[in-house]
Amino acid sequence: MSILINKETRMIVQGFTGKIGTFHAQDMINYGSTVVGGITPGKGGQTHLDRPVFNTVREAVEQEGAEASIIFVPPAFAADSIMEAAEAGIKFCVSITDGIPTQDMMKVKQFLRKFPKKDRMVLTGPNCAGTISPEQSMLGIMPGHIYKKGVVGVVGRSGTLGYEAADQMRELGIGISTSVGIGGDPINGSSHRDIFEKFEQDEDTKIVLMIGEIGGPQEVEAGTYAAKNMSKPVVAYIAGLTAPKGRRMGHAGAIISSTGESAAEKVEMLQDLGVTIAPTPSAMGETIAKLLAKN
Amino acid sequence: MDIHEYQAKEILAGYGVRIADGGLAYSPEDAVQRAREIGGEVWAVKAQIHSGARGKAGGVKICKSHEEVEAAAEAMLGKRLVTHQTGPEGKVCLRLYIEAGTNIAKELYFSLLVDRTHESIIMVGSTEGGMDIEDVAENNPEKIKKIQIDPAVGLLDFQAREMAFALGLEPTQISPAVKLITGCYRAMRDLDANMIEINPLIVTGGSGKLMIMDAKMGFDDNALFRRQKVAELRDKTQEDQREMAAADRGLSYVGLDGDIGCMINGAGLAMATMDMIKLAGGEPANFLDVGGGASAERTEKAFRLVLADEGVKAMLVNIFAGINRCDWIAEGVVQAVKKIDMQIPLIVRLSGTNVEAGRKIIADSGLPIITATTLAEAAEKAVQARNEQVAKEAEGAE
Repeated sequence: MSILINKETRMIVQGFTGKIGTFHAQDMINYGSTVVGGITPGKGGQTHLDRPVFNTVREAVEQEGAEASIIFVPPAFAADSIMEAAEAGIKFCVSITDGIPTQDMMKVKQFLRKFPKKDRMVLTGPNCAGTISPEQSMLGIMPGHIYKKGVVGVVGRSGTLGYEAADQMRELGIGISTSVGIGGDPINGSSHRDIFEKFEQDEDTKIVLMIGEIGGPQEVEAGTYAAKNMSKPVVAYIAGLTAPKGRRMGHAGAIISSTGESAAEKVEMLQDLGVTIAPTPSAMGETIAKLLAKN
Repeated sequence: MDIHEYQAKEILAGYGVRIADGGLAYSPEDAVQRAREIGGEVWAVKAQIHSGARGKAGGVKICKSHEEVEAAAEAMLGKRLVTHQTGPEGKVCLRLYIEAGTNIAKELYFSLLVDRTHESIIMVGSTEGGMDIEDVAENNPEKIKKIQIDPAVGLLDFQAREMAFALGLEPTQISPAVKLITGCYRAMRDLDANMIEINPLIVTGGSGKLMIMDAKMGFDDNALFRRQKVAELRDKTQEDQREMAAADRGLSYVGLDGDIGCMINGAGLAMATMDMIKLAGGEPANFLDVGGGASAERTEKAFRLVLADEGVKAMLVNIFAGINRCDWIAEGVVQAVKKIDMQIPLIVRLSGTNVEAGRKIIADSGLPIITATTLAEAAEKAVQARNEQVAKEAEGAE
């Protein structure tokens, strides 16, 4: 098993016929994802990558039973596309698009809250690499070949740092149940904690790796949740030990603006909550290996 | 993006917020002329730099004659002012704002911010104006009032009233305060601001009017594409020149104090690599995320940017190719090194798509590039190469 996506998940691509959408849709198809079509308003009725193009998400849901969606539309229109997916009944949506205005994301989050929790679309991103359940399905832009199937659930903000973790684990013969990118923006669809809840319920996930970074309260919130509600061990690495206060380190969310947001402070708080810390980014794989050997 | 005090005041005045009479000056003569136009007997000469806490740095002067205005302007213009927000190099003052002196009865604090935890705009107010709000938050947290604003319905009048009462205002001042608070909120919403800070918000002596004495506004960079008028307010003299040059080339760069230059793809991996350098005993000279599509051209630009920092003693390239391909990156690196004539050691670690082909290109180039396979090895080799380079330079100097 896995969380969010598996081999059978029926996926669509929003921004299907554009250059980037086409490239990654093909990559997902090659990986084995069940891509059932895509959306480009005005091009409905055409065929692209041997799959139907629809004008609206609702049509794709009604005609192809689409359940999950990935968004490649430009930032000015991305928030609208996310809300269209939610309204049409999509269950899981990945926004790859980065650069979405903050106030647009506030609207998106408020819009999603109007659905009862059991019917509410799960959104990850914006500004993320997507989600992969190795050797089953990929809804994202990551290099699929570095991921091995296994028992570690991974959640992180950064794309390439997630690849680094997957690669270290594969070298040690450790596999991943699902790896979820939640993105580097200050306001994102799902938090570390939201994904923790799903891993806790997944039978095949035995251990969870959180790849966090400076800025915001989400890593510590997740740790607090884990301490109270999780039976599975959690390993965390927090990037940004050298980041100075008040300077934004690439990600819009990666800025230390108040107490508790630096890497050192987060590490200390997580340790107090019983989370095992990978002391360095190159020790993510071995920290998990040790914990797996113990359990 | 940040703007100046005078720009923020002009914007807010357009939303019905009361400001004192004032005008912009680029020279001491301008400053005196503005003081004449404003009239009265007391003026504030205020350095326009993108930073708070200007008063302590000599950036705000109260003057009681035209001569004093001229002298204050003379002293501030062209100077770099250092505050705890600007970093040690400070910010250059090229514009002054001359404002009518105001009789202050009370100093309050008011701001609107993006609240990450609640994913909404939050309103913050305090009776303790004129000082650092972080100090108030730490020492007198009970003196801070916070109110969340629902993104669907926006600020409601009763919330503005609640804030006005929390600021300790008199019944006759509540209605003007509501007008001021809603004005600020509308500016925030309409212009995609991510921060408006009024510190102090004052009550004038005698007439008891509400007026904004200092104003800071920051804007969401992601929304500038639809806020052309805001984008035009950018003052490039207030921004780090290298960071700006990087942004113009689509690269994300932050200069730091160390001497090991970095070029990495992805913000998270960049931070992690810098952490590894520190743990290996070195200090990174910069944060640089080259992003997903690192072409040969982009790689060369990134190299030039890192090496423009003359303090750099070694450079580390760490690329985990996802959409990218290691062979393309390797070719870009080889080309850049040949073109630039690099004088310091270069350490390259490639991983991911087409890694074997990439490593072969580096090995076959005949260039003295130090390679590494893991993140830890890359950081250790970079620190070692940096130490050797420093020793070599010291020897050369003797």
